[in-house]
Amino acid sequence: MWTQLLRRVMLAIPVLFLVSIMVFSLIHLIPGDPGRTILGPEATPEAVRAFDHRLGLDRPLPEQYLRWLLQVLHGDLGRSLVDGTPVSLLIAQRLPPTAELAVGALLLAILLAVPAGILGATRQGTWSDAAGTFLSLAGLSLPQFWLGLLLILYFAVRLHWLPASGYVPFLEEPLQNLKTMLLPIVVTGLRETAVTMRMMRSSLLDVLGQDYVRTARAKGLTPSAVVLRHAARNALIPVLTTSGLQLAGLLGGLVITETIFVIPGFGRLIVDSILNRDFVTLQGAVLVSALLVIAVNFLVDVLYTVLDPRIQPARGLRA
Amino acid sequence: MMERPAALARRFARNRLAAFGAVVVFLLIVTALFAPWLAPRDPYAQDYQALLRPPSPAHPLGTDELGRDELSRLIYGARISLEAGIVSVGLAVAVGLPLGLFSGFVGGFWDEAVIGRLTDAMLAFPSLILALAIAAVLGPNLVNAMTAIGISMAPAYIRLIRGQVLAEREREYVEASRALGASVSRQIFRHILPNVLSPLLVQASLGVASAVIAEASLSYLGLGTQPPTPSWGSMLRTAQGYLTTAPWLSYYPGLAIFVVVLAINLVGDGLRDLLDPRQRRRV
Repeated sequence: MWTQLLRRVMLAIPVLFLVSIMVFSLIHLIPGDPGRTILGPEATPEAVRAFDHRLGLDRPLPEQYLRWLLQVLHGDLGRSLVDGTPVSLLIAQRLPPTAELAVGALLLAILLAVPAGILGATRQGTWSDAAGTFLSLAGLSLPQFWLGLLLILYFAVRLHWLPASGYVPFLEEPLQNLKTMLLPIVVTGLRETAVTMRMMRSSLLDVLGQDYVRTARAKGLTPSAVVLRHAARNALIPVLTTSGLQLAGLLGGLVITETIFVIPGFGRLIVDSILNRDFVTLQGAVLVSALLVIAVNFLVDVLYTVLDPRIQPARGLRA
Repeated sequence: MMERPAALARRFARNRLAAFGAVVVFLLIVTALFAPWLAPRDPYAQDYQALLRPPSPAHPLGTDELGRDELSRLIYGARISLEAGIVSVGLAVAVGLPLGLFSGFVGGFWDEAVIGRLTDAMLAFPSLILALAIAAVLGPNLVNAMTAIGISMAPAYIRLIRGQVLAEREREYVEASRALGASVSRQIFRHILPNVLSPLLVQASLGVASAVIAEASLSYLGLGTQPPTPSWGSMLRTAQGYLTTAPWLSYYPGLAIFVVVLAINLVGDGLRDLLDPRQRRRV
């Protein structure tokens, strides 16, 4: 197992290197002169030059990259172009609501999807299985921003049950926090629920076809004991690991959810930095999102080998 | 063995959900192509006498904040969604197919060290965030949004094709043709490519559904189609500002996205059941 772990670390190094190059190149993808584009047409040439100098954009590219990389390795992601706040601080401030949303969404997904998946797999081919399959596909097709708008319209505007926005930290006002986060968690969790349900169903179908399940049936166990005590446990392993691997999709979805519900989270930071043409913050946030995905994928792979020693991790990182 | 197209089509039609999806997709294509004839009014014509009107016989889906006919804008919006779906996936396939074929067939350094790691790195970015960032630096418009979505989708296709090539090239019939002295291009085009096409078709059809949602998401965030061009995502962006005064503006663009994406997904799922024997339902 240790050699496998080492192998995974070795594989991650070139990926991290490439990720850093891609993120660094982001600011240079701006068509024409980045300084000119960021500052706008009314900026004087001197201002543009000073800007380029401040960001080091007037130096040769390899030098710029090395300087940037060294800074990043020291935890310095630069300073926001809007107000000069360190980007790492901005990101740290924005992570708690995002983490709450992500954990809530994953919990919701597991609570709803695992029973639904078991139901679908044990009643394969029946009416309820078909309905479940259709519902999960519908869940995948429902645009999150539309669902968000409809929920706000119904629960906030019409019924006045829940607020449409107005995030407060959990530690300050727990009840109010849960009220404001309920709709966003439902919106974020929808996609996860749909994906997890499909996974649970097909994973359990796989397990149910295996020999040891037939043995358990043959020795006279009740169908529910076979499914719940023997099959479902093993079927959960790939499901739990995929829900970790869904983090990339989840982070993308949070950009939308946090925008609809005006939650000052990490996703909203990305949108704000784009609207403010704050490309330094954007660069830092994109880098952190990729690092989060790589770290979680790594942990999931480790977990996978621990939970199921038969499995050799596949080549490369999965996302 | 591949079945004959007519037999395949019959089996596809027997899957009622997939057939329903295909009908909706067909209607979407008709709507997009014939939008000027189908739309009751000019989608750009502003009418300051009729701002934010609820649905009525004159405006079946109401009017927006500039008095434009919502139904006509919805009909024209089909063009954007269809274009975004097809162009983005086309770009992803155009990048992914050759790179995947090359990577899988050549193997070794190029596969392991270059293309493999590059796809790993790209897959580390949440695809919507990658698309957002690319669209933001390139500048917000539909072409850049489609480029960004296509690029962010490409690594999945590289990986799919590569895997298929690795599986196919070890099959006996390809080995036999290699032993008989078939050229590399003959092996690829004659033997491997045809077998790669079914999974590619399945993934591409499901990809169109994701691309439609991605374009709508970018437009909703203000980074895709720009006003006054009607797109379903940007219509919802405007609608959010009038949730209390004109809630009907929030209903139909989202419903259109939902129905179209669901239909495309149903077609994709149907194709998978049809073309992938492992997924075929056990009777």
